[in-house]
Order: sequence, then structure tokens, then C-alpha cells
Amino acid sequence: MPTPEELQTRIEEAIPGAKAVVIDTTGTQDHFRAEVSSPAFTGLSRIAQHRLVYDVFGDEIGGAIHALSLKTEPS
Amino acid sequence: MSQPTLSDQIKSAIEQNEVILFMKGTPDAPACGFSARTAGTLESMKVPFASVDILPDPRIRQELSALSNWPTIPQLFVKGELVGGCDIVVEMAESGELQTLLGVEGAEGVVADESSDPAPLQIENRLG
Repeated sequence: MPTPEELQTRIEEAIPGAKAVVIDTTGTQDHFRAEVSSPAFTGLSRIAQHRLVYDVFGDEIGGAIHALSLKTEPS
Repeated sequence: MSQPTLSDQIKSAIEQNEVILFMKGTPDAPACGFSARTAGTLESMKVPFASVDILPDPRIRQELSALSNWPTIPQLFVKGELVGGCDIVVEMAESGELQTLLGVEGAEGVVADESSDPAPLQIENRLG
């Protein structure tokens, strides 16, 4: 099962210049909250920003990662 | 005329309803916290909206996510466009953007808790 640290690393490796803070919101290693900032979000709509993060995990979202709540902002 | 595919039914539900929320459960009986908070936010603004429970048929979620390129549930559509899931709907409600999008004045910053009253318009699982 994924850990917050693993999710953080994968986000920061996949999205240029990203800084991510990830927490397990239920302690069951399948509901997470990530706050992500990156220059790559500049000029993108919220939906486009969130898609960039969701795309890092593909179909794990809804699977091993039951929920990934997001807050994103350009940096 | 062949039977419309599930994807066609989802597309027409999105086109025919100005505000439609694909969720787990119903506004009266949401089956997940994110769905409950999103439906509650719309209810707190007294905005009529259609709702579709995706739980009875797992294909709904697959077809919907293929259409919207959005992996999670709930999904809110307004005027045929994906607005987003719970995070974005709540963020937009807090900033007032959602009220503007929905043509609702004065409800800025109103974010529901789970105990709001039921939605005036409900199309229970219209894709059943």
C-alpha cells in the first residue's frame, strides 16, 4: 500500500519543480490529501492542475489510492 | 434505431441538465464524504441539480471518467462542462466563483456541512 512519502516522491519526480506535502487522512494508507505547488501549474485552470497530479498515478486513483484530495497552486 | 450506449446516455444526461452531479449515493443518502460535501454545497446554495448515483453500475464510472478524463467521483458538470470534484467545488464555493457560475448571489463562502435539506430536483439514477 502506498505511503505519503512515496506519493510525495512520485509527484515531485513527475511534475517539474513540484513541491508536495502529502498526508494520510484516515491512517488506512488509501485516503490521502496532497498540497502541491509547481511552476508547471502557471496559467493552468484548477482542473488542469489537478489532472497533472492525478495523471502521475493513473488508474491507481480509485484503486490502491481510494481518494486523493488535492490543493494545487502555481509557484 | 439501436439502443443508445451507456456513454451516449451519460452525454445526454450532461447536455440535458444545466447542473448535474455524478456521485456515490444520492443527495439524501450520500455514500461517501466527498459526494456528501459536494451535494451539500449545491444544496446550501438552493441550486436545483440533477444527480446520478454511480454505485449501482460500475460501468457508469468507467464511461464517465473516459468521457471527462477525471478519475475520481464526485464529478460536477455545469452547462455541459466539467467543473471538477469535491476539492474544486468547495474551493470555488469559498471564493464565490461557483456562485457566479451558477448565477447565485449572496451565498458566497457558504460551504455545507452534511446536514443540508434535500435538493429540489433529483433525477434518481436516470440512467437505470
